[in-house]
Amino acid sequence: MESQPKKMAIIASKGALDMAYPPLILATTAAALGYEVQIFFTFYGLQLLRKDLSHIKISPLANPAMPMPVPMPVIVSILPGMESMATMMMKQKIKKHGVASLEELRALCLEADVKLIACQMTIDLFEFDKTEFIDGIEYGGAAMFLEFAGGADITLFV
Amino acid sequence: MDFDKELDARGLSCPLPILKTKKALNDLTSGQVLKVIATDPGSIKDMQAFANQTGNPLLSSTQESKDYVFFLKKK
Repeated sequence: MESQPKKMAIIASKGALDMAYPPLILATTAAALGYEVQIFFTFYGLQLLRKDLSHIKISPLANPAMPMPVPMPVIVSILPGMESMATMMMKQKIKKHGVASLEELRALCLEADVKLIACQMTIDLFEFDKTEFIDGIEYGGAAMFLEFAGGADITLFV
Repeated sequence: MDFDKELDARGLSCPLPILKTKKALNDLTSGQVLKVIATDPGSIKDMQAFANQTGNPLLSSTQESKDYVFFLKKK
């Protein structure tokens, strides 16, 4: 039935809370289904590889599709504290509904042999320190990732 | 139905039920049966897809009030 394991390549370029979930959920699910998965974290996606993920936020500003308990005019969403409040509410919702935390999903990725690759160029660009990132990740560039992505059955850009 | 191991995945949302199922199956030997209880309605289709993709047959998929009960056999 399975002749060759299928492959999935994901490019994770965003670092906000709502954009952190799709790559990690899809990667862990695909891995559970027997896919070989690699995620390439570039630009703001690199934030998802930091040791401490508590700083990953979501902003109500410029997120018109975000469900809110009350209508939120743009001018209110720019007030100090609104971003923290939106993040806190979202995290509470996630916990309440039994959805995995980012830390849990990331740990599951590593356990399932999902390859997490940090974009070397972005690290150099923002002058990040490798000690800020978790262990068990690789460092690479576009060409290296494209070699895998070129043969992937599913390639996603987030 | 007889089973060798039970996994309580109640209260967990996608993809945790199938991720934990995969982990639980790893501990079983070929031919053993895993019972999974979940509350996520999406788990019905997820379990079927998991069984199809990984070749571990889904012996049964039923609903008992708010719970969804699955029996999978390790291939």
